[in-house]
Amino acid sequence: MPITLDVNGTRREFDGDPETPLLWVIREELRLTGTKYGCGIAQCGACTVHVDGQTLRSCSTPVSAVAGRRVTTIEGLSSRAAKAVQKAWVDLDVVQCGYCQSGQIMSATALLEKKPKPSDTDIDHAMAGNICRCATYQRIRAAIHAASAQLAA
Amino acid sequence: MSLSMKRGLIIVVLAGTACSFAGAEDLRSPETFSSIANPSERSRALFVEAGRVLQHARCLNCHPIGDRPTQGVDRHPHSPLVVRGADDKGAIGMRCTTCHQNGNYEPSGVPGHPLWHVAPKSMAWQTKTLGQICEQIKDPRRNGGKTLAAIQQHMTEDSLVGWAWMPGGHREPAPGTQAQLGALIAAWIQSGAACPAT
Repeated sequence: MPITLDVNGTRREFDGDPETPLLWVIREELRLTGTKYGCGIAQCGACTVHVDGQTLRSCSTPVSAVAGRRVTTIEGLSSRAAKAVQKAWVDLDVVQCGYCQSGQIMSATALLEKKPKPSDTDIDHAMAGNICRCATYQRIRAAIHAASAQLAA
Repeated sequence: MSLSMKRGLIIVVLAGTACSFAGAEDLRSPETFSSIANPSERSRALFVEAGRVLQHARCLNCHPIGDRPTQGVDRHPHSPLVVRGADDKGAIGMRCTTCHQNGNYEPSGVPGHPLWHVAPKSMAWQTKTLGQICEQIKDPRRNGGKTLAAIQQHMTEDSLVGWAWMPGGHREPAPGTQAQLGALIAAWIQSGAACPAT
């Protein structure tokens, strides 16, 4: 029986092995390639999506686990916090190579949706699972603070 | 080194890895201790045997001192960095469920269980002696308000405790079985719930 998903507000079906990683379904079946494959073992955060508003590593989740749940990928981000994060990312020119950045933005947005005024410690804890090989960590933290300031304005 | 030699070496290494994790060590049954006439001595001996489970990495890793769990049989800090958060289930934006799902997921090797969380700070076991852990387990102020009967039920029936024997991947399971642990704890309670001195 096909698995029904809600991806970015659209009902989608997947008729395959229910143990398939959600990441493969998102990228290969739904052709939403903004979510990246990094390590495949939930160590780098490049594959981060939101499920019911919480961050989730899609490389380490069977697609059956999200049946009937609300999946949001980088293509579907549209909350006020998400828009503040996207603007701050551009304003501060956060991105270098960019490979990890969709995962970074998913985690940053999830943090700000739950805690609009995060401390440095909050940011460090929320972002610890998102690795950046270009080491843009300082700009990421500054951009999250900038997005927080936008939300408060 | 030729390709065939490399293949042979890889097979030997993999075989060694498989053997080192093949099956759990056994636990001695409560009857094994029946020859100890003194109930307190018998009780302490029973708890020492149960302690082989309690102090196994599968249990200690999520009973940390402080905010960070550990992982692996060498109990190295959890990678990536995670903290217990306000509800022992992770920080905002980095919940346990960000990576750990309802079951062990073999494609990524990430373990899982529906109740995945870190034990509360009052139940920290790492760096403590078995005697200290024993006193802690009996203390309702530090054991979640449990009676000894509730402790026995927790050890015997709790499904997250049971994960220690079904850890998936190449993880070494705790010794024996959950039922054997439950029997040891029941016998320990019946014999007076005495704690080891150290």
